[in-house]
Amino acid sequence: MKTKKEKLLMSGNEAMAEAAIRAGCHFYAGYPITPQNEIPTHMAKRMKEESRVFIQAESELSAINMVFGAAATGSRALTSSSSPGISLKQEGISYIAGAQLPAVIINVMRGGPGLGNIGSSQSDYFQSTRGGGHGDYFTPVLAPWSAEEGASLVMLAFDLADYYRTPVLILADAIIGQMMEGVDFPSKSEFKKKLPPKKWALTGAKGRPANIAKSFFLKEGALEIHNEKLREKWGKIKQNEQRSSTYKAEDAKYLIIAYGSQARIACEAVDRLRGENLKAGLFRPISLWPYPAAGLQKIAKNIKKIFVVEQSLGQMLDDVKLALPGKEIKFLGRTGGGIPSSSEIVKFVKKAL
Amino acid sequence: MNRKFVKPPSLRDAVTHYCSGCGHGILHRLVAETIDELELREKTIGVAPVGCAVIAYDYWDFDVCEAAHGRALAVATGIKRCRPESVVFTYQGDGDLVSIGMAETFHTANRGENLTCIFVNNACYGMTGGQMAPTTLIGQMTATTPQGRSPKAGEGWPIKFSEILASLEGVNFAARAAVSSPKEIIKARSYIKKAFSNQLENKGFSIVEVLSPCPTVWQKKPYEAMKWIDEEMVKTFPLGVIKDK
Repeated sequence: MKTKKEKLLMSGNEAMAEAAIRAGCHFYAGYPITPQNEIPTHMAKRMKEESRVFIQAESELSAINMVFGAAATGSRALTSSSSPGISLKQEGISYIAGAQLPAVIINVMRGGPGLGNIGSSQSDYFQSTRGGGHGDYFTPVLAPWSAEEGASLVMLAFDLADYYRTPVLILADAIIGQMMEGVDFPSKSEFKKKLPPKKWALTGAKGRPANIAKSFFLKEGALEIHNEKLREKWGKIKQNEQRSSTYKAEDAKYLIIAYGSQARIACEAVDRLRGENLKAGLFRPISLWPYPAAGLQKIAKNIKKIFVVEQSLGQMLDDVKLALPGKEIKFLGRTGGGIPSSSEIVKFVKKAL
Repeated sequence: MNRKFVKPPSLRDAVTHYCSGCGHGILHRLVAETIDELELREKTIGVAPVGCAVIAYDYWDFDVCEAAHGRALAVATGIKRCRPESVVFTYQGDGDLVSIGMAETFHTANRGENLTCIFVNNACYGMTGGQMAPTTLIGQMTATTPQGRSPKAGEGWPIKFSEILASLEGVNFAARAAVSSPKEIIKARSYIKKAFSNQLENKGFSIVEVLSPCPTVWQKKPYEAMKWIDEEMVKTFPLGVIKDK
């Protein structure tokens, strides 16, 4: 694949996979599941071309644990899946968070619960933003709204993972994964801080004491000390890594809040409402954890009414309520592959005025 | 005083948490001795299991990675593929390797990953209080087979997993030893050395199963436990080389 600056037509899945390669991802392991199959397919071809590692694992469990091992050596490692497969990976993600290893996990969400369906959905928000597996932890979660942003967020995710020594989730939905559009790859991630050397990596105990990669702290009090250190880290991430964007929000009176593909649809609704002389705007969280509460609070000061729109029964809604206590918040959500259309959003907003 | 019998450098100077008469101490030492004999300490990355040997890294003095229960060989695959120049091995019990981790074990072996696997078979779950393992003998009493393991009661038969793995193309070497007597310990040591040497020669997957006593769960004195391996366990799990490609 050419590396010079040019727009390439590709699906969100391919864009995210290619971005991982450009970010120096050395190891990929995954297991087939729709709607993310273009990621392993792209990686199978490209990782070989780059003399890096691609493994089709026997299960999602195995894939995430291979990533654990790869990450422990200090290599940049990636796995991807879709909702049911991500549930299977949660044990491994918890271990990676506990052992403070950097890794990137892409979830191209589909409908649930259970086997659900393969339609677009945003119903893994709770799972993604509240840790997901067992134990006291969080993972940074980044939600792209285009193939191109998927690429840039994957590159950012690798830097965040290395800087904070944490698994980072990319939370895309089936529309973002499947949709094809022009992609301009950034030459590097937007992350500006210097990445620390990986002194903790397992490389063989040559000229240094042995390194141990572990999340196990058996002695009384040791786990509490470890978890307090993790809390400090989550606090720093909350402080530094909130990301969001807006559309026509400066003078808005009515604010729609949506992320991922739903934010694209909401943009159209904003334009249509503006066409009817209703001052609508959009607030789009890019980091779902940490939730960009500070940015939202700033904008929400002059807002009369808030409208949360999701491809779920109302999950991000909780974070909006936490960020804006006392504000009037209306919710429009569809589930199981249902997608709130711009017409539905326009109708919903107008009805509430 | 000139000491003839010393601790290998790859073993830390630590008091272990293992019960009296447990086989892990011997086996930790055999692994450490082999690594030192082959001068691999500085390029070794071990993978510790979940089970009694979960804190093996407190006793070995080289790089070690934790693994979730049963996933040691998936973790080892990730490590070895990223660092083919390192020597990577897993150390796993029967519950870890044959029960919860059977898929990972089977597929790692089938891919012919260039790894060394040390499989400790004590026919029970020691850490959690002596429940039935996939390798528990017929009639053996455990916390979850109080009447003795019975296939008729739906508790299945002991799985001879090393033999099953040996049937896979990706497996280069499979052998079963015991730590029940000096003679068998010396054999175990030679198999372990072979399993590490194979990795250095890029021969693929090598597994050494070691029958190991658990006097606490078996409710036997350490000496009786060793005797039980020699008289009972070997009937189900015969010793020797199963496959050497």
